[in-house]
Amino acid sequence: MPPTEKRIAELELIAAKLRLHAVTIAHRLGEDRKCHPGPALSIADIIAVLYFETLRMDPARPDWPDRDRFVLSKGHACPILYAALAMKGFFREEALWTLRHVNSMLQGHPDMTKTPGIDMTAGSLGHGLSLAAGIALAGRHIDKRPYRVYALLGDGELQEGLVWEAAMAAANFGLDNLVAVVDCNDWQSSKSVPVSKLMSVQPLRGKWESFNWFVEEIDGHDVAQIVGAFAQAQKNRGRPTVILATTVKGKGVSFMENNNSWHQKAPTDAELESARRQLLS
Amino acid sequence: MRTLFNKVLVERAKKDKRIYMILADIGYGEIEPFREAFPERWYNCGVAEQNMTGVACGVAMEGNIAITYSIANFPTLRCLEQIRNDVCYHNVNVKVVIIGGGLAYGALGVSHQATEDIAIMRALPNMVVFCPCDFAEAEAGVHAMLDYDGPFYYRCGYKKEPPVHDGPIKLKLGKSIQVRDGNDATIIFAGTIGNQVTPAAEALALQGINCRVISMHTVKPIDRKAIVAAAKETGAIITVEEHQLNGGLGGAVSEVLCDECVAPGKFLRLGLPDKYISKVGGHEWLLDQYGLSAPKIEKTVRNLLTK
Repeated sequence: MPPTEKRIAELELIAAKLRLHAVTIAHRLGEDRKCHPGPALSIADIIAVLYFETLRMDPARPDWPDRDRFVLSKGHACPILYAALAMKGFFREEALWTLRHVNSMLQGHPDMTKTPGIDMTAGSLGHGLSLAAGIALAGRHIDKRPYRVYALLGDGELQEGLVWEAAMAAANFGLDNLVAVVDCNDWQSSKSVPVSKLMSVQPLRGKWESFNWFVEEIDGHDVAQIVGAFAQAQKNRGRPTVILATTVKGKGVSFMENNNSWHQKAPTDAELESARRQLLS
Repeated sequence: MRTLFNKVLVERAKKDKRIYMILADIGYGEIEPFREAFPERWYNCGVAEQNMTGVACGVAMEGNIAITYSIANFPTLRCLEQIRNDVCYHNVNVKVVIIGGGLAYGALGVSHQATEDIAIMRALPNMVVFCPCDFAEAEAGVHAMLDYDGPFYYRCGYKKEPPVHDGPIKLKLGKSIQVRDGNDATIIFAGTIGNQVTPAAEALALQGINCRVISMHTVKPIDRKAIVAAAKETGAIITVEEHQLNGGLGGAVSEVLCDECVAPGKFLRLGLPDKYISKVGGHEWLLDQYGLSAPKIEKTVRNLLTK
């Protein structure tokens, strides 16, 4: 069943709130401890759908063996994930403002040993899909548990060879409980050169299809399309599914959109206020 | 030793359903008994060691024991970051097994010579580093590895290594085994190089030089007590390893001696030089070329002790 218009509006509002949290975190951290607002905003809608629509989870039981697993392989986008976990009730919202502070449970990259609700540590790009494939292998063929595993990767991250080792293995092992999402915002850390010019990973549909994955292409900011893609992935049998989500880095805040200087930067007071007005309008 | 490893592994796997082999297309000729006994517990990731390690980590994080297995440097160096960030950081029950440490693959060249593995593996927090010297340690070591809950590096021999221990042994991780006693010096070795050390020690004994010989099968955590006792009781320590001198067994023993402020009267590390092994030849020949054959060890120790 496709989501109702009301449900879509709810999810869009959640995504806007997550974005505002991420920008606020970046503002509070300031230039000394700047985090990554651009990559976080890029995946806000995907995270909103995963955490408020798709994933089977129980914030009261973060270790529930049958919960769906989520691996944020592009770990530097974690402020948006932390915002979602706080909103779901894995921990109190106040904790968000401690990100990167002394003794915080929120690190600059996700850490499953420190933060409730984090299913996999990340930080070095390229590991996530391989680890997700291992967990999916355990669920599908070894422990025979009903959980599904979702891994979110950046498009620049696909330059890592390990991603393709994992893609090959996941298809060969028939891991239809595994879903990869690629956040295709066409930017990587290089300030002014897009992925497509620096070291293009295109054509992505052909690559993933040739690795024997189901491929879905969506607008990564269209909540209805995101919900639909995850629903379709649940029906796909025998092979894993990749969702190629076209996104805009910095989405939702006009001066951050497609401006890669916001890959890692802190907004000023005025910029935060402007972002707040835009996001909650 | 690798045949024995696989035999013992199959026996254990019959009793423990949590044991899985996650491979990277190496091991044929030895791993078939496991595959035949447990076809559903055997996954080949193809020639892809990083993914082998990532998948093994994911499988083990769900409560299983995952064994990665390949030759020499393949399951360690290419996938070092996966071992460090994913396996060791989370203290996951992944066992990294290499076949043929040191110069075991002889003429196959630098790519197949695991000569820095001990140094690199022992630098990783949570990793146990285990180097069996003969079949007795190898067999007991498989049990110890599977009984241990956490990352484990097992440096397995490649061929039919002769026994180092005369009789049955009692193996405990982190507790070295004395192979013979003596008062003139202590020779500490790790791994299959023990096959060269014991005849050297016997030859020295015939010349009136009686060495205590210790098998330091667990390089990490290392047996500090045995090292301190050797320094105090025999006055001289010689370490022998089929590995680079940088950061290996000799380095680990030196660290203990310095930490404990115990200086033996004489100390010497025998191992491979700070160079890549450029000479081409078989295992035994290479060991001799680099001063690690029994006659060369005997001569070096004699010179040290009679100077």
